[in-house]
Amino acid sequence: MIVTDSTEEVYETAPSGHLSTTMDGTIVKINATLLGWLGLTRDAVIGRMRFADLLTIGGRLYNETHLAPSLRMQGAVSGIALELKRDDGGRFPVLVSSVVKYDETGEPVLIRTTVFDAQIRRAYEEELLRGRQVAEEARQQADLARHEAEIAHRQAEADRAQLQDALSVLQQALLPERLPDVPGLETASYYHTASAIQLGGDFYDLFAVDQERWGFFLGDVCGKGPAAAAVTSLARYTLRAAALHDPGSALAALNALLNERFATGDPRYCTAVFGTLRPDPDTGQVAVEFASGGHPPPLLIRAGGTADFVHTTDGTLLGILPSGEFPPTQLLLEPGDTLLLYTDGLTEARVDEDEFYGEQALRTLALRYAGAPASELVEALSEVLTSFGVPLADDTALLALRATP
Amino acid sequence: MNILRRNNVTTTGTPDGRTVLLAHGFGCDQNMWRLTVPALAADHRVALFDYVGAGRSDLTAFDPQRYSTLEGYADDVVEVCTALDLHDAVFVGHSVSAMIGVLAARKAPERIGALVMVAPSPCYLNDGDYRGGFDRADIEELLASLESNYLGWSSAMAPVIMGNPERPELGEELTTSFCATDPAMARVFARTTFLSDSRDDLASVKVPTLILEATEDVIAPRAVGAYTHAAIEGSKLVTLDATGHCPHLSAPAATNRAITEFLADLG
Repeated sequence: MIVTDSTEEVYETAPSGHLSTTMDGTIVKINATLLGWLGLTRDAVIGRMRFADLLTIGGRLYNETHLAPSLRMQGAVSGIALELKRDDGGRFPVLVSSVVKYDETGEPVLIRTTVFDAQIRRAYEEELLRGRQVAEEARQQADLARHEAEIAHRQAEADRAQLQDALSVLQQALLPERLPDVPGLETASYYHTASAIQLGGDFYDLFAVDQERWGFFLGDVCGKGPAAAAVTSLARYTLRAAALHDPGSALAALNALLNERFATGDPRYCTAVFGTLRPDPDTGQVAVEFASGGHPPPLLIRAGGTADFVHTTDGTLLGILPSGEFPPTQLLLEPGDTLLLYTDGLTEARVDEDEFYGEQALRTLALRYAGAPASELVEALSEVLTSFGVPLADDTALLALRATP
Repeated sequence: MNILRRNNVTTTGTPDGRTVLLAHGFGCDQNMWRLTVPALAADHRVALFDYVGAGRSDLTAFDPQRYSTLEGYADDVVEVCTALDLHDAVFVGHSVSAMIGVLAARKAPERIGALVMVAPSPCYLNDGDYRGGFDRADIEELLASLESNYLGWSSAMAPVIMGNPERPELGEELTTSFCATDPAMARVFARTTFLSDSRDDLASVKVPTLILEATEDVIAPRAVGAYTHAAIEGSKLVTLDATGHCPHLSAPAATNRAITEFLADLG
């Protein structure tokens, strides 16, 4: 058997609503499906109602402001969500698509509208809409939290900057503002703290002892931070006060003091080189006498082109033992000779993950600056330090003393 | 900020003619003047624009605070007038734009010399003896219906909103998205529009004014047209044989005739 279907029956009983209106919206044709949804009779509708009359008031406003002008301008709209008013007062969610029919002269004559039942879709959309609102609320809360975190972060940054200011002022108090001018002597120094927010443990100084002699020292306190800074301060002032004694006695005094003060509680040690300089204005020579307490050996760079570490006899870490011997070493700087003091931040700086800079590299570089001004040597070394791929882990202090050529 | 870009200002017509600035209403964009422009272009310079949030305006310039009052939109109109260096222009505003024009003319009297109000309403809400046509609940329902179109609308509008000139297929999108409006921005505009009450501003109009109304308009019923006419001294009211809120689309010939006659009378 061949099954056929009539166009008219399809129109009337299709699973979608159909209506046709004149351009002012007056309904001239409507199918049974749509009448059923509305609960209206054909007679009540045809020629008596406009499309807008089927809509809720919000839908009517939307129709007037958006839908109708869009239809006029582009001849078709589709998928517009609206609600129909049922005769019993209920609402019936629909999706509406319309096309305009034009006559042969291009004048619009009819609007044909198809109406789809959107009850299930509407429920689904409302779910999505709720989900979207929840997501938006969550996003707003996240924005708020981020905003608060930013404020906290800015406060922390401000605190940090303040702390850093305070620390750098303190740090300055532990180092000479500038080295004094010593007749017959040319000096240069360099200081680097590994951490901007921690006080360094390295220290040095150069100062007049009497009419003929100058004292100098350079040392390294074990550890960092406020406790180390306290030792640094103590070491600095003790060595300055003891400068009238010979170098060995001065270090012995510091050793005894550190040992006494820190043996009971938190043990603190330091290494240091302490010495005196006696420039001879007649010969241009500078007589140096120094002692070392566990400190890396100074490097003596002769103007003639040699560089050698000056190893002292004995000399233990300061503060470890109640008493210690710090025998003095004497040497004579000829004009143009340089004595370089440094902390292990230099020789133990990492060139890369596997390698330290080391004494040999230091000696090789110093050789190239034999006879050069002290400032050039110090500058070359500071450039070497900043050129390493690995950030400097330790503080570094350099003090170069050169007999004026 | 480039105002001409922000409001997607376009000009056409006769360059040395008097400028007519056409302002669209809620729910649409400058495209709605398509049938009006040809009638004006012969003797006038015609300028069109989109409010921020509508059409091809710069959506990044949207400010919910600024656009929560009609004053904010009027400020935009004054900025557009200034950017075009208009003097004594004729402002043609549809629907809510008619009231925006009233505010703009008061802010910049040297720039706006005449008003054409197409289907205006100074207040959509009923208030005592005043019959604006809508109760508060009706307006809330409109706002809710905008909300329910949110999903469909936003997904359909997304490519246009992105406005990617490197993708020519978006040209197609633009033609099919007549009266494109960002849904979130449309909600702000809807609230501002339908909850506004500008009745007290009508008396400030001192320029020649033409009011156009349709015989049947749910949004601006004839009682509202009569109220507006009575409140603006010396105004001219023309009732067009048209139905609906957009007579310039449903009865373009009659609308154009009324506007061009008014312009001719201005001299």
